[in-house]
Amino acid sequence: MANENTVIINGGPVVIEGEVNLLELVQKAGIELPTFCYHSELSVYGACRMCLVEVKGRGLQAACSTPPEPGMEIETHTEKTQKIRRMVLELLLANHDRECTTCDKSTVCKLQQLSQQLKLDDIRFKNRTKHQEKDLSSPALVRDPNKCILCGDCVRMCSEIQSIGVLDFANRGSDVIVGPAFKKKIGEVDCVNCGQCAAVCPTGAITVRSQMQNVWQAIQDPSKTVVAQIAPAIRVTVGEAFGLGPDAPLMGKMAASMRKMGFDKVYDTCLTADLTILEETNEFLQRLQNGGKLPIFTSCCPGWVKFAEQFYPDLLDNLSTCRSPQQMFGSLAKNYYAAELGIDPKDLYVVSVMPCTAKKFEAVRPEFSKDGVPEVDAVLTTQELVAMIKEAGVRFDEVEARALDMPFGFATGAGVIFGNSGGVAEAVLRYGYEKVTGQELADVDFKVVRGLEGIKEAEIALPEVTLRLAVVSGLGNARELIERIRSGEAHYDIVEVMTCPGGCIGGGGQLLPNNMENRQRRTRELYAMDAGMPFRKSQDNPIVDKIYQKWLGEPNSHAAHDALHTSYGSRRRIKGSIADDNNNDAKLDVSVCVGTSCYQRGSYNILQTFMKEAEEQGLADKINLRATFCYERCNKGPSIKVNGKQVKGVKPDNAVEFFKNNIAKEL
Amino acid sequence: MSTVMDAEAPAEARVLNGTLHKFQRVNEIIDRHGKAPSNLIAILQEVQKEYRYLPEEIMTYIATVMEIHPSSVYGVATFYAQFSLEPKGKHIIKVCDGTACHVRNSQWIIDSLREHLHLKQGEHTTRDMIFTFETVACIGACALAPAMMLDGEIYGQLTPDKIKEIIDKIVAEEGE
Repeated sequence: MANENTVIINGGPVVIEGEVNLLELVQKAGIELPTFCYHSELSVYGACRMCLVEVKGRGLQAACSTPPEPGMEIETHTEKTQKIRRMVLELLLANHDRECTTCDKSTVCKLQQLSQQLKLDDIRFKNRTKHQEKDLSSPALVRDPNKCILCGDCVRMCSEIQSIGVLDFANRGSDVIVGPAFKKKIGEVDCVNCGQCAAVCPTGAITVRSQMQNVWQAIQDPSKTVVAQIAPAIRVTVGEAFGLGPDAPLMGKMAASMRKMGFDKVYDTCLTADLTILEETNEFLQRLQNGGKLPIFTSCCPGWVKFAEQFYPDLLDNLSTCRSPQQMFGSLAKNYYAAELGIDPKDLYVVSVMPCTAKKFEAVRPEFSKDGVPEVDAVLTTQELVAMIKEAGVRFDEVEARALDMPFGFATGAGVIFGNSGGVAEAVLRYGYEKVTGQELADVDFKVVRGLEGIKEAEIALPEVTLRLAVVSGLGNARELIERIRSGEAHYDIVEVMTCPGGCIGGGGQLLPNNMENRQRRTRELYAMDAGMPFRKSQDNPIVDKIYQKWLGEPNSHAAHDALHTSYGSRRRIKGSIADDNNNDAKLDVSVCVGTSCYQRGSYNILQTFMKEAEEQGLADKINLRATFCYERCNKGPSIKVNGKQVKGVKPDNAVEFFKNNIAKEL
Repeated sequence: MSTVMDAEAPAEARVLNGTLHKFQRVNEIIDRHGKAPSNLIAILQEVQKEYRYLPEEIMTYIATVMEIHPSSVYGVATFYAQFSLEPKGKHIIKVCDGTACHVRNSQWIIDSLREHLHLKQGEHTTRDMIFTFETVACIGACALAPAMMLDGEIYGQLTPDKIKEIIDKIVAEEGE
């Protein structure tokens, strides 16, 4: 009989031990219920109805949104539930563009897997005829609305975990779609390209924008020397596609396979991660000494950088000016290494293998091109690398591991852990401690910054100063932390931000499923790899030494600044005029930005003052007053333009005076 | 001196035209309702009264002020049939296509209206912004089927001739 704390599942008792819904309890009983819209890290949505179970006395209930109660009796596979699941699946498939053979998500698609699992052999409903255009506007992601099953996973990922909310449901009934506001394309809105939407999408509705063909073309072009850099986080994930665990020499296998595929050289991004540590730590120590902007925020993560440019323009001076390791590599390759090889930079084709979709966006940022030649020519995600290995017919499981190429093929443990949330902070500590104290660090493990929690804090005592660190992953967590810093509630010296939960090991370009279980394992394996490395501190990397000797002098030197640093600018999320006086005969054009940042600084009050003054002083027909969106001067706002010229220092409390002196007098 | 100016200014000064004052009223509407997301629908309703539709820029501005994402505002605005994202005409015609009207051949009425208003497939508002034409499901005037509502008033037992008469009358009035 049922005791106080059990639920009867398919006739057998199962004890409730803190499970929040029936789905978890059923899983504990060893039964996997099919789901589309359920993700343990997102809110419960209850839309797909695949996890329906029969609850005695209550009828059909969605297991994901029903809390277990003692004494409940449930059946998971009855005639009714099976019939309904098949029906739901048939309806979804009728609405779905079933071009499985050419779909990027084929074999990892949940819709396909469940059709197999339920052995659907016929769809009784007519297929949808409306065809919607694919969205190819983003360098990182592709949206194919024809494959969307409206589960809302991407919507909740973007708003709940990343706190952005680029995607949402629009319209009603059979017209419902998921997409950005106002039918805009994903490349036109404030998407940071993290790709977490693609990682949770159960179908091929959001996928990684592939650059495989560009890379094949370069490989087949005899005038190109094709070199690859492999990011830290790839070495614990690529094996997943070939059934290989952490014992397999995955880096060596990648080097060997990629050479077979036609790459001329295979290098390691960990090397430039080490360079990043030397540059960034010295930058930090200088700021600490000279009273510069603190906390310093890390800048390796391109999703975070775009997020900061869009939402926190006032913090851009806090970001480290260091380029990401990917871009440091590109810069060294094109600006120094090409000359050493005696080839034109445009004939040195740099491919990076990244766990990340946002890296594709980073590589095409205009500041990372010189004379039209990008410093990184193509970015392949883990998914694309695996696809290329398979396309080339290379037996990855059998291929014998080979060493990476020199000079950029040498990694330390500090570079390797860059792939984990907390890894950059730990690597900084391993170098910073020795740099500040002049003593050798006895224990290089800073376990306090490790782990998959979204926000981690640590205090590290150095002889003269105690460093306060914060490590966040997930942009929602970043937002929360920043609000605490802004309100004065929290104080830090160093803040590491990674966009994807758990860091790059959970990147949007990693192999699927990118779930908690896989992220935990990847994190663990990366730390294990670090522990086994002969060199574990960036400053011990002999190649880094050589690079400074040969090319850059010393950290933060002029040459290092040119090659390894960058700058940031506020980035508008919206543009256009929103209210206009339409007075084309006016003598003076006055525009006031009412975008987020300027609005928060009182720009609407300024506009109101101008309107009132203009009308009261009888000047309305002499000025053309406008309310507009962003001029990308957010950190210097409120942005006011008079006849197209930006004017500084206008605030709500001096707006009347400004109008008198700078506008009325001109008329 | 200032009192004299204040007393006279509103009457004499040319008022800023265009959409600035509408924009000012948008801000008043948001202030009056408060910035909690639950007030969004009420705010959109009032803003729509100002503009006769919901301009994209204004929805984005509302999102900015309310600190929600524009995609959420867009989602709400496209969910409810009461919101229009396109500018609407001065006169709104709602032709009933509910069951009773449908069986009484409302399609005939719809076709003839489209013809008189020179509306192509997919268009709802005339180019001169005088008419907006919509179909609705039941206006509760089934006894008068086929029926339509023009600016809130019901017209029943419609025929193409009647439609022509009604439209021509408004066109003549507007032309004056």
